[in-house]
Order: sequence, then C-alpha cells, then structure tokens
Amino acid sequence: MTPDITAFDDVPMSITVTITVNGERHELVLDPRRSLADVLRRELRLLGTHQGCEQGVCGACTVLVDGDPVRGCLLLAVQADGARVETVESLGRDGELDELQRAFTENHGLQCGFCTPGFLMLATALLRDEPGADRERITECVSANLCRCTGYKGIVDSIDSAARSAARSTPRSAARSASHGR
Amino acid sequence: MTVLGKPVRRLEDRRLLLGRGRFHDDVSRPAQLWLRVIRSPVAHARIRGIDTAAALASPGVAGVYTAADFPVLPRIPVRQVVPGLDLDPYLQPVLATGFVRYVGDPVAVVLAEDPYLAEDAADLVGLDLRELPVTLDAREAAELPQESWGGRTPKAAVVEIGYGDVDRVFETAPRVVRVPLKVGRHGGTPLEPRGLVADYDEVTDRMTIWGATKVPHWNRRVLAQLLGIAEHRIHMTETDAGGGFGVRGELYPEDILVPYLCLRTRRAVKWSEDRTEHLLAANHSREQEHTIELAFDEEGHLLGLRDEVWQNNGGYIRTHGAAVGMLTATMMPGPYRLPAYRTRVHVVTTNKSPTGTYRAPGRYEVTFVREHALDIAAGELGMDPVDLRRRNLLDHRELPHTRPIVIYETPMVLDGKDYLEHFDKSLAAAGYRAWREEARAAREAGRLIGTGCAFFVEKAGLGPHDSAIVEVDTTGAVRVAMGGTNVGQGIETVMAQVVAEELDIAPEAVGVVLSDTDILPDGAGTWASRSTVVGGSAVQRAAEEVVGKARRVASDMLEVSPDDLRIENGTFVVAGVPGKRVTLAEIVRECFTARQLRNGEEPGLIGRGTFVVDVMTYPYGVHCAQVEIDPGTGGVRLLRYAIGYEIGRSLNPLIVDGQLQGGLAQGIGGALFEEFTYDASGKPLNTTLADYQWPRALDVPEAMITVFEDAPAPDNPLGVRGAGEGGTTGCGGAIANAVRDALGLKGSVLALPLTPERVKALLRDRGGKP
Amino acid sequence: MKPAKFGYFRPETAEEAVALLGAHAGAQDGAQDGARVLAGGQSLVPLLNRRLVRPRALVDVTRLPGLRGLAVTEDTLRIGALTRHADIETVTDPAVHTGFPILPESARWVAFPPIRSRGTFGGSIAHADPCSEWCLLAVLLDAQLIALGPAGTRVLDAAGFFTGRHRTALAPDELLVEVRFAHRPVLAALAEYSIRQRDYAVVAAAAAIRLDRWGAIAEARIALGGVADRPVRVPNAEKALLGAVAGAEAFEFAARVAAEDLEPPADVHGSAEYRRELASTLVARALRQAQAKGGPQA
Repeated sequence: MTPDITAFDDVPMSITVTITVNGERHELVLDPRRSLADVLRRELRLLGTHQGCEQGVCGACTVLVDGDPVRGCLLLAVQADGARVETVESLGRDGELDELQRAFTENHGLQCGFCTPGFLMLATALLRDEPGADRERITECVSANLCRCTGYKGIVDSIDSAARSAARSTPRSAARSASHGR
Repeated sequence: MTVLGKPVRRLEDRRLLLGRGRFHDDVSRPAQLWLRVIRSPVAHARIRGIDTAAALASPGVAGVYTAADFPVLPRIPVRQVVPGLDLDPYLQPVLATGFVRYVGDPVAVVLAEDPYLAEDAADLVGLDLRELPVTLDAREAAELPQESWGGRTPKAAVVEIGYGDVDRVFETAPRVVRVPLKVGRHGGTPLEPRGLVADYDEVTDRMTIWGATKVPHWNRRVLAQLLGIAEHRIHMTETDAGGGFGVRGELYPEDILVPYLCLRTRRAVKWSEDRTEHLLAANHSREQEHTIELAFDEEGHLLGLRDEVWQNNGGYIRTHGAAVGMLTATMMPGPYRLPAYRTRVHVVTTNKSPTGTYRAPGRYEVTFVREHALDIAAGELGMDPVDLRRRNLLDHRELPHTRPIVIYETPMVLDGKDYLEHFDKSLAAAGYRAWREEARAAREAGRLIGTGCAFFVEKAGLGPHDSAIVEVDTTGAVRVAMGGTNVGQGIETVMAQVVAEELDIAPEAVGVVLSDTDILPDGAGTWASRSTVVGGSAVQRAAEEVVGKARRVASDMLEVSPDDLRIENGTFVVAGVPGKRVTLAEIVRECFTARQLRNGEEPGLIGRGTFVVDVMTYPYGVHCAQVEIDPGTGGVRLLRYAIGYEIGRSLNPLIVDGQLQGGLAQGIGGALFEEFTYDASGKPLNTTLADYQWPRALDVPEAMITVFEDAPAPDNPLGVRGAGEGGTTGCGGAIANAVRDALGLKGSVLALPLTPERVKALLRDRGGKP
Repeated sequence: MKPAKFGYFRPETAEEAVALLGAHAGAQDGAQDGARVLAGGQSLVPLLNRRLVRPRALVDVTRLPGLRGLAVTEDTLRIGALTRHADIETVTDPAVHTGFPILPESARWVAFPPIRSRGTFGGSIAHADPCSEWCLLAVLLDAQLIALGPAGTRVLDAAGFFTGRHRTALAPDELLVEVRFAHRPVLAALAEYSIRQRDYAVVAAAAAIRLDRWGAIAEARIALGGVADRPVRVPNAEKALLGAVAGAEAFEFAARVAAEDLEPPADVHGSAEYRRELASTLVARALRQAQAKGGPQA
C-alpha cells in the first residue's frame, strides 16, 4: 500500500515552470509527476500530440524540445522548464498544410492518423538537419516510431517526396547531406 | 466527372495532419470523472474479498465500485451468434463475480477527478484472492470440470463443418499427409488504446457517448436493454479512431461500465485505456493448434481434407461467440477442388486474455495451415508446390462454385472467376519464377534463401443489410449518413466518392456522417470488410434516389422530359439547350413548395437507401515471399514480397494500396515477431510495446502489390469485393513456406510466429550446418 | 499508466544533489523507494510510469554544470555523466575518433534518435541494464567510474561496479559524475542482435584485440551483455585467443569457449539456450569486425 505522499512536508510537490510552446510562453504550476505529453494535452489543450504507450516505444508523442525530437511521455514537464517545445500544431500556417504535411496526404502517408503527429515531428527534425536525406536514411529514422496502419511505405514515400522537393528548391541541401558524418 | 476508381486524396487527412483529429481522449466534458479499472493480477482465483475503504478515502475519489454495487450484473451477450451453440454460461460479466479468469479481468473501478488520482486510488484497492490452478493450453484441460465454471468443463463449443464421407476417403486414399501446426496468439493492438466518454444531459434526459467504433448501433441496443432505458436516450457519436483491426469497438466490460456510471453519478465519465491494460484486456486472437490431413491420389489431386483444431479462447466467450471457430471451419477449403471435407474446432476457455476477431480472422490461420501442408505434401508427392496448387485450383469451368457449406447463415457461393488464371497472373506479376531461380542459386552458394507462396480466399460484404441517407439542403450542400464507422481506413473519402459519382460533384463537397445514431436510425457498423461492399451499395442507392427525385422535379421545373436531363457538376442541364439548367439548391427549394408536395413528393431532397444481400463475396489472392535466414541468429529477413489480389473493383487505388501495405505489415508481425506469451502461472509476458513487437519500418520490405479487377462481384452494384483483409491473410502461409524452403526442411516449421529462436531451433534440428 | 506521487528537486550543484540524495536515501516510507537521480529519464520514466519504481523524491541533475561532454587528455577519454548519447554519436573531436572509435560507432546501437537526444551516458551506466551498450563497453575496456559522495569522489572499477540487474556499487547517496576510459582499444567492435532491427538487443558482444606484427593475437578482451544479470567478460575465451593467428578458426573457437562458460537467464525475448547460441555467433562476429578494423593487412 502506498502512503499518501502529501503527508511528507520535506519534498516539493508543486513546481512553477515556464515552457515556450509553439512560440507562446506558458507559466505553469505543476505536480512534478506529470509528463510533458500530459501537460500539452490536458493543461494546454494541445490535442495533436497523442499517447500510444507511455513507455517511449511508439513515438506517437514525439515533439521537438529545443529542436530535438523527444518522447513527450518520457520527459517530465518540469524538466522542460525554460525549453522551447514544438508540437504538430506549429506545422502549417493559418490552417494550410506545410510541404511535409502536403506530402503526407499526396502519398497516403496516414490512415488512422494517430501516429501521424509523431512521425511529422520526427521528419521535421530530420529534414531540418538533413534536408537531402535519402530513402535509406529516412527509413532508418522513422524506425524510431511505430505505425499500425500503413506498413510504413506511405510514410517513407511522403518524407522522401518532401525531401526531394526541398532538394529541388535548395540545391545546396544535397551537398550538406553528403557531408553529414554519420 | 468520374471519381470512382480514382486515387482521390483522403478527406480525413487535413484535420489529422494539422493535429485536429478528434479521438476519444480529446473529448473533455465539464466536471468529468476519470474511470480506472482495477484488474486481476492473477490468472485464476476465487475472490474472497475486495477492500475499497482506502481507495474511497484517497484524494479526489468520487466512488469505488465492485460487482456488489450492481443490482443486476449483466453478462455481455454474443453479437455474432452461431446457431445451435449455447455460449451463455461462458460469457464475461461486466465486473468479475466470484472468480477472476485471466490477468486483467476487471474486478473493480474507481472514479476520480483526475487520471493520476484515479490511478493512485486504484492502487489502494485491496484484493483478497485465493489462487486456483491455471489452464493455459486448450487441449490439455478441455474436459476437466472447473470450479469457476460452476463445474462445467472449459470447452465452450465444438464447431464442425464438412461434407462428403471424408473418413472413408482417408481410409482409401493412396497418399495421405498429416501435419500438426500451431498459430501463435497475436492481436490487432491498434496504436490508440481503447476509450470511452459518456455524458448525461439533465435537460434532455439523454446520454451522449463518444468512442464507440465498429458497431455503435448494436452496442446502443445492448446498452439500452442492460441499462433499462430507451435506445433514443442514448446518442452514439462519431470520433476519429486510432485503428480498429477488429479489436476496437466490440462491447467490452468498460463499454458498459462507463455509461452505467455516467447515469448513476449523473456526471460525465471518461475512460482512457493505457497500453498495458490494452495488451491484457482487449481481445487477443489467432491462437490455435491444428492437425491437418490431406488425402491425394497418385497424381496429386486432392481427395479430402480434414482438420482437428483446438482454439484457445482465453478467459471468457466475448461478443464474437464462436465466430473465429466458425470462420476457421468454413474457410479452410479455400480455393481448391475438394470432394470431401471436415474441420472440427474445439473452442476452449483458458486463463489467458479473452479472444475475438482480428483482421482476416480464421483465414490467416487456415491459409497458413492449408498452404503449409500443401508444400509438405508437394515434397512427399515429389511435385513442385506451384504445380500441385495449379492441379487443384478451381478454374473458370467450375466457378462460380457452391460449396455445401453454410457460413453466417448464408450458402457459400464462391463468386470468383478463375482461381487458376489468377494464380498464374499473380506469380507472373511478381516474377516468382525468377525469385525461385535466384533462391536456388543462392542456396547452392551456401546462403539460406528460400521462396514460398500462398493462395488465399477471403470473404467480405457480410449482410444482411446496411442503410444510408443522402440529403441535399437549400444551399446545395450534400451530406451522406451511413452505417459504417471510421477506424482510419478512409471510409469517409470512399463514401464521398460514391455520392460524388452519382451527383457529379467533387468528393470534397460531400459531408459524411458515420454511424451517428441520432442521424441514422440503424447501421450495421464496420467489420469483416463490409463497409464499402454493403454500406457503399446502400449509399449508392440513396444517392440514386436523390438523383431520381431531383430529375423528376427538375423536369417539372424546366418543362422537359426527364430523359432529356443530364446531371453535370451538380446541375441538371438539358442536352442541346444551353442556359436551360437548374442547380441542386434550386431543386431543393422547389421541393418544399406546395406544388411539389401536391405532386406527392416528400419535402426536401432526401434519398434513403437500404442494401440487402443474402450472400457474401469472396475476394482471392496470392502472397509470395522470398526470405533469407541468418544461420547465426535464426533471424528471418524478407528480401522480396508480392501480393496479387482480385478485389472486383477498386474505388480508390490509393486507399486499396494502403490497406494492403498495412495489412501486410500486420501479417508479417504475426508471422515473424508478435506473440502473446505467458509464464507457467498465467502471468502475461508481453505488457508493453517493447515486449509485444510490432514490425518497425526497417522490418517491412517494399512489397509489390498488384490489384486485379478481372472479376467484379456479381451481387453488389459497385462490383466491389472488399479490400481490408487480404494484405494480411496470406502472410503466415507464404512466409512459413519460404522459411521451410530456405532451410530445406522435409517437415513443417511447426508454429508461427517464426521468431529467431524458433528458426534457430529448426536449424539445430535439421542438423546444424547451413 | 501514470507515476505515483513524488517530490522533485533541481539542485544547482553536484554537492547539493549528493546532499539531497543523502537526506532522502534512508527514508523508506512503505513501498516508496528513497530518492532517485533523474538525468535523461529515458530508462527511469518508463519504470515510474508503470509504478515499478516509486521514489519519494527525484533529484534532477540534468542542469548540473560541467558534467556534459567528452574529452581526451593524456590518452584518457573522459565522458561526463550528463553527456547525451547523441553527443557521443556526433562527436567531432578527432582524438576521440582515433583513440576510441568504438564509442561513437556504438552510439547508433543505443535505442533511436528521440531517445538518444535526451538519454545520458552516465544515466545508462548507473541504470546498469545487463544489455546496455555503454555498460558493456565500460566492462570491456575496464573503465573507471567516478562517483561523488558526501566525503568527496571515489573511483570504482567497471569490473566491480555492476552488481546485478539494475544494481551497482554506488551508494544511495552517491552520484556518478564521470566515466574514464584509459585503455585505448586498438581494434574493437560491437555486435548485437535484436529481434526487430535496431531494437533493444537480446544479446550484445564487444571485442577488442591487439595483434603483434606477425598477426598473432597479443591481447584480447571480450565482453557480453544479455547473458547474465550484468555485463560479463569471458576470460577463458580471451585466454584461448592469446597467441593464436587472428582469423575465423581462432574466433570461432573462442566463441564456443565463451558460450560454454555462460549460464544466461531466460526471458520473453530468448531462452537460455538461444542466448548462448547468440553469444557464440556474436562473439565471432565482434572479433571478425574488430580484426577488419585493421584493414586487409591486419
């Protein structure tokens, strides 16, 4: 049986943090056990970030923290104090799909759409770092997340197509990708 | 404008890509309470006591409930009834009563102001359980009476299907092959766990429920009866759903607890299942042990097939009843000329999670068993596996073919065109002959590469009916309401296409409402690849009715014969008379005038369609696999994969392709990676997605998919055969045959999934050296 | 799947962190563990979410200064405990790549990028998963582990550091601050096998060898993960290699010797027998790959 920890008066149970989400600063008073994913969904009502396993395996909750893809279920919200968080709601402008999102609809990169925000954020980070990522690299990258509907082909096709069209508009990107030392 | 058959982009995508989908957990109601289920930690026990005092005193708790709090404790009825089977004694109560029968069995529930607090309180519920011996194997204890079944044996049913004097055939057949095979326990496990929200409105005295997918109208009917309220006081609304695959949306204990407690507390109640709960509590599937026998003459003609199957049904019988057993026994003969046949399925309850249907239920299992046995038979008969199949496939002279089998109370009329031709075309499209040559050469060079194929027959379009309403309003806006549900498959888009085709408008201009019980009085739901076949046909009829009425009214308005009118971009035009035209909006406004009402027309422009069908349609296809085995680890790598699939007619090739690619990944999961396993005490060992292993992107090959439209289905106006399951069906068979080929086995691969450990054991038994 | 309640501290200095760990270490309130160190959280938070670990407080060390980064000084590679997996994967310092290439090479085996972006080297070592790549390499290369306690720092040897599954020789009030690799492996490689590609390994093997100028093995180290409650060396297999000509015959013999000495545990991902077979396969592969690092002449 678990005792009620509120009885302990020597541990801080409520923490004030400031998190910038999609460019907007939020000051929040949080129970430290709340995950970033839960705080995004429940406190900030940003419902695009989904949770499929809460064990860091499926990646549906992937968001960007200071530019890096991170599992929203494995980061306590208090750990994101001072951080810059980007969620799926930051993609697209005024309700218009961005290039990557467009590629997902053109290439049938989603079915139920539950994993989609996580894959979009994962791919957004990849294409920022490696705009010319090739198909093999994309497949490796998206292996970080799980999808139960598409068999992944549509997802890889979508990101591949977004990368190719980005490469066409910025010829330098191919060179950058080639020099990426992995 | 023709939109049917075009790769129309999905209407669902925009909201989902912008993070604006509406899944059950996105629904938040004022003053909602969070429900948390307390589940049995042991596989089999008598409940001696449940102590809820500490939980009740925990912060934020509004209530703790056990079976004792229900005046009458309902057991969840069977939805898919198999005539002649009484499964009532084995049904699952909403909360465990007297006994628990699997790890995860709901014992009590907590309602609290917050999900964290609900889980805190759930931790404090004390269970006093006296453990009982566990039954994990369907065969072992089938005949032993059990205390938790009131002295009954755990064998709930035997489903036997057959025709001809099969035993006599086996007595006299020149060649008989007998193969024992096991299919592992795996399941649909959608990415979004289950969940439900119910809210009660004092003013209207009605309850609204979010999150019921698959069969909302059926669920409402049962709920109304169990809760003792009128059906119309329950409103099931549409939500996005993170994958269905047969598992989501059946009437589970939680689907009754949430509305019941909502009515009882007069507050909104929300339940969001977590992943571990899902892996314990949602239906598993597939686990069967077969002993298949094939009888041949000396030339390799099949004379008979019999199979004795033990199905591990888990803790209780759920809404599917004995449907998986029935589908196993009816679908086993597949595409072959088969003079005598019998399959007997023993459906046995055990102390594992209860089971139900999962994409291609019964067919995944029988295709693996039958097709693998055929490859072994080919070896024993000294024949090539492709030739053996060709010799026995039904062809254009025999199809359509009526088997003396009744399936879902309908006669089994195999409505295909030519299985033999389809087999040849599918293999040719894959280049299968070259794969085999390549594999043979590689084996000679010391590598473990093999190929395998499997022919499967699917079933789709189960009736008896579905209904739809298409309406156009005074602004010209078009809306269709139909009885299917959205489980991510793209149904919204396809239904919009069907309407758009009739009205000659863009699919984006059609609003789609799926299984909203306030808008459509009845709907049969989405399962068994039936939504496009049966629901789509109803939608087409409703749209035709709209066009028919609009044409009558337009002819009256324009004073021309209806035959001279053509619909173009949602406007009726008169052939050869430019400028003589009337839009749908104008027609709708006309439909409310006294003049039209006097003509006997109904007000407004509404079409209602019901499609009734007596028989199912049977799509068919071929899976081909080429694998390489790593002798050091037993790992199986898929080098090549191809699917040929006859679906009658493809309404949206983009979506059909997606269904097949996605179905394939699930089939690969069941063939290579996914299995629910238990320790000797019945403790489940796969309780996270780290342990229950879906394939990742790197594990799924780029498959070559060839969709055939050679044989439009004869019994529905769209000619469609259903495309939801065939990506999965043939996977186990094709991969098992490829692995057997790679290893050069004389016998079988024994069991699915072919985990590296199982393959390593096969390598060891075959004599080690590659 | 929400954690039980815990308190949260975010100390400014390592000393303060140690003091907090000490203050709460002894407290055993019912089922509650004492204080736990929170770094990247990629291993701890899954356990918290399932309530398999119930600390009364977390001490978040992620912002402690000076504990993140890799540097080679006087032939020793020092890795700060808060160095993230991704930092090791993308390190550009040529001294790391020439002296200790096995570390950046192995980083790609550690989970997936979204985990590597937060998970830390020290956190992985302190979590002591028996199949962790970093724990394996620490044992392979006899790393030294620097722990800060109330009385200052002490140095622990990797050989004695891992005491069981998720157990280490760290005291409850000690904080791992740095890991040092003084042994420069000449030819080293890591080979592992997971059921799904790039997933959590069922068994992992690492090997480091040094050849004399005639191509005979002068020094050999082999470590295995996933075959015991901690990463282990296989001394008999290492001895079997000494003096042998590097090549398939010697490697396969050593692999067999290594497997014979193991008594692996069984779990859902593999039986004892299968793990032993994998160990043999992977030891041979790691040795072959290590040898190949020397180029065709080696």
